[in-house]
Amino acid sequence: MAALATTEGLFDFDEPLATAAPSGGRRRRIRWGRGAILTLAAAYFLLPMYAALKFSLQDINGHFSLSPVAAIPSQPGLGSAFFLSLRLATVTMVLTMLLMVPTVIYVHLKLPRFRRVMDVITIMPIVIPPIVLILGVLHVAPLWLKSSPYLLSLVYVILAMPFVYRSLDAGLGALDVKTLVEASRSLGAGWIATMWRVIVPNLRAALLSASVLTLALVLGEFTMASLDLWETLPVWIVDFDQTNAHISTAVAMLSLIATWLLLTLIVSLDRSHSRRHRRNRAS
Amino acid sequence: MLVNKLKVSVAVGLLSTTLVGIALTGGPVSASGANCSTTTSAAACGGMSKLVAAAKKEGTLNVITLPADWANYGTIIKDFSKKYGIKVNSYNPDGSSQDEINAVVQDKGRSQAPDVLDVGTSYATSNLSLLAPYKVATWGSIPSQLKDPKGRWFDDYGGYMSIGCNTKIVSVCPTSFKQLLNPMYKSEVGINGDPTQAAAAFSAVFAASLANGGSFNNIQPGIDFFAQLNKVGNYVPGGSAATAASGTTPILIWWDYLQNSVKQTLPSWKVNIPTDSSYAAYYTQAINASAPHPAAARLWEEFLYSTQGQNLWLQGNARPVELATLVKQHHANKTWLGELPTAPAGVTKFPSLAQLSTAKNVVAANWSSAISG
Amino acid sequence: MKTSEFAADALPPLSAGAERGRGRRAPGALVRSLRTGAPVLPFLIYVFLGLGIPALVIVDLAFRTKAGQFTMANVHAITSGGQYLAGFETSLKLAFVASVIPGVLGTLLAYAISTSRHETLKRLVASASGVLANFGGVNLAFMFVATIGAGAGVVTSWLARVGFNPWDHGFNLYKLSGVALVYMYFQVPLMMLVVTPALHGLRPAWREAAENLGASTWYYWRYVGIPVILPSVIASMFLLFGFGFSAYATAEALTGGSIALTPIQIGAFLNGNVIAGQENVGYALGLGMIVLLLISVTGYAFLQRRSSRWLR
Repeated sequence: MAALATTEGLFDFDEPLATAAPSGGRRRRIRWGRGAILTLAAAYFLLPMYAALKFSLQDINGHFSLSPVAAIPSQPGLGSAFFLSLRLATVTMVLTMLLMVPTVIYVHLKLPRFRRVMDVITIMPIVIPPIVLILGVLHVAPLWLKSSPYLLSLVYVILAMPFVYRSLDAGLGALDVKTLVEASRSLGAGWIATMWRVIVPNLRAALLSASVLTLALVLGEFTMASLDLWETLPVWIVDFDQTNAHISTAVAMLSLIATWLLLTLIVSLDRSHSRRHRRNRAS
Repeated sequence: MLVNKLKVSVAVGLLSTTLVGIALTGGPVSASGANCSTTTSAAACGGMSKLVAAAKKEGTLNVITLPADWANYGTIIKDFSKKYGIKVNSYNPDGSSQDEINAVVQDKGRSQAPDVLDVGTSYATSNLSLLAPYKVATWGSIPSQLKDPKGRWFDDYGGYMSIGCNTKIVSVCPTSFKQLLNPMYKSEVGINGDPTQAAAAFSAVFAASLANGGSFNNIQPGIDFFAQLNKVGNYVPGGSAATAASGTTPILIWWDYLQNSVKQTLPSWKVNIPTDSSYAAYYTQAINASAPHPAAARLWEEFLYSTQGQNLWLQGNARPVELATLVKQHHANKTWLGELPTAPAGVTKFPSLAQLSTAKNVVAANWSSAISG
Repeated sequence: MKTSEFAADALPPLSAGAERGRGRRAPGALVRSLRTGAPVLPFLIYVFLGLGIPALVIVDLAFRTKAGQFTMANVHAITSGGQYLAGFETSLKLAFVASVIPGVLGTLLAYAISTSRHETLKRLVASASGVLANFGGVNLAFMFVATIGAGAGVVTSWLARVGFNPWDHGFNLYKLSGVALVYMYFQVPLMMLVVTPALHGLRPAWREAAENLGASTWYYWRYVGIPVILPSVIASMFLLFGFGFSAYATAEALTGGSIALTPIQIGAFLNGNVIAGQENVGYALGLGMIVLLLISVTGYAFLQRRSSRWLR
């Protein structure tokens, strides 16, 4: 399942959405309403995780036991599967940025009417179900490409497109690109310098969230990798130890939690970095 | 001058013929002329020792869709690897027969392409052009209706449809299809997957049909049975070994030799072959005609059809195709033979490929409307 | 890109011997637009190679027999076979339900989160959305069965203690409503991810201004808030629709084929263990899905144009 989009807004804590302070009664009602929604959502998302965790931490007789989790590190292939997924994610991220960033910037600058066309084109990857897409790709890909796992990266770039585009589009839409470019050019910067030192830093949040979500996509994509016969992390999780349902559920949960923590970590790093930046600039 | 020219041309002719010959056969040519990579039997390429040598030279074997706990494949792979020193790569263990065919077609030329296949029989018969003919040394012990006369495919192991049951949750384990309709089994009965996609699930429907007045020509009573089972609330979709172990489907209709994998997680799991229906089927072996390691592929087949290999399948609770001969020659492992679920009396009959094909199309057309309606 | 972009009316180059008048304008404008469009070419080529060509291959295979000859039989099979038409209909229904409801809920949830003051919560939810939006398949199906399955579900047993069994009151995890419930698990996070930037397009200043002018909450949303975010919300719901339509692994693991869904039927031909030798029918079903989605894309483009009129 591809899911890439900007989480930019969710990170931008310095500008809360509603600064207007409503009156006492209404504020209470808003807090009630928000509380209710959040509680329901929490219940819906956390209960199934609890149920799965409960099941995975049981031994054969149904008693609580850490043995399924303890059995995980000794399983063969986990390390190589994880690193393969990381390599694929890196290549996918680099390719996506190289392809999309200059294109979207250029479209914003010079071809604003083309934005609508881009919108439709980048929605297209959704039109073909992944199970059919990978078979189509394998039909036409040359042998040297099929022999490399990075064929998957090339296809993941396509899967990521709807969201990367929207992320970059939103990020650029929030900037006044024309003014920035004019200012930079009139001060004598060349095109590359302008892109690299003026526009891209302003897109940091959008770029970061797009990269972070490529990671999530590659670490979660199963169907294509499995049909292409490469043992990525999601494939390994499904292939691994079909006998013991407790262990395989434990592995799936572990992978979920680990990815979650990894993403949170990366996101927090950037936040502290940008905060420092802002503080430095102000002083 | 002329004689010299003649000598030279003859020499060149001989040399080029030899070179072309070597290029064409691609490897050591045995005394009898066949190459162990393309031979149609071990004898034809100079005997088992030559085959073993050629396979060892290749050093690797690619297998596909062979889970470790499926008919003891884990041990089989390990023993083969140890015996011949050949590394076995096991790809996509959870994949399907169609995945194997897709892999053969689309991965042609890749070093990961599968060398050997273990598929549902219809997948072999619909893709004959992809398979290499080969007859193992014990070819004569395979019943004639379970193999291709040209040697392109041959059945390997099989079992009966059975009803597995978790004695901790279910007080009285069902022993027949009719019993399954009993309301005491509410929300407890599952089959392994989707009958339009999973062979075991399809076979469960066929077995149910036989228990309800159907025949090899008529699978509709089976579909109706499950519709009824669903209507009274006993049927749970999406069943598997995992749901059996977790208690979601404490009753699972599955191949008897695969119920093993549940037993390993759940010692309280009991297996019965239903009294009102005996449905059995074999899976099928084949060699990829464009296998990257053809000699190793052939050696693998020889291993599987040797006494050692056949007994390993027996250990996995499956019935190897040469079981009758094995028993007659007293080569079958007594312990493992004794652990097989009691087979129904009489000669087991199998549906023909044509009957299977018709039945599958009927299921594909009617299953979802029967269950959801 | 050496020519100055700021000189918007650079004259097109004169070709030797070209006469003034009509003949001069056409080739010049063409060259100019080609040069302007050139930097977008790598992107277009990539999409064509990575998406266009496989799509064409699938379309081609849909009209071929296994042996490679042209045939209409596959298309005929899917348009006349009741279960395939039922599959398309159910899949569309499921996709619709699994995009509108999570769409609304996701927007509300995204709004609730982004107006919260707890930074840790925001951070955790942000990364959780990314992870959950990619979650699915066997693991997700199992999670829900373990939670609310008829027999041994955790919540089911809690409810049993108070004597209530949702399964007795018409709830069924394996019917359309149950599948939609499970789909929400990845559709809602997906919606949150995609719609949040739009929510941030709502400047707080507008809210303040509206309040100062005496607008009620309802008024603000009706005339300011919703029109601003509507194009993005529609776009996001469409993304959800596409995913809900194509999702395969989760539905298959959950229902075991007991409801007719097109991706599952495709799986039976292209990924199965029962029906051999009919891959091309699977490709024909894939073609059917592509056609339906293309029609939806057209509808989407139309909706987008109408709802963004306000913003232009």
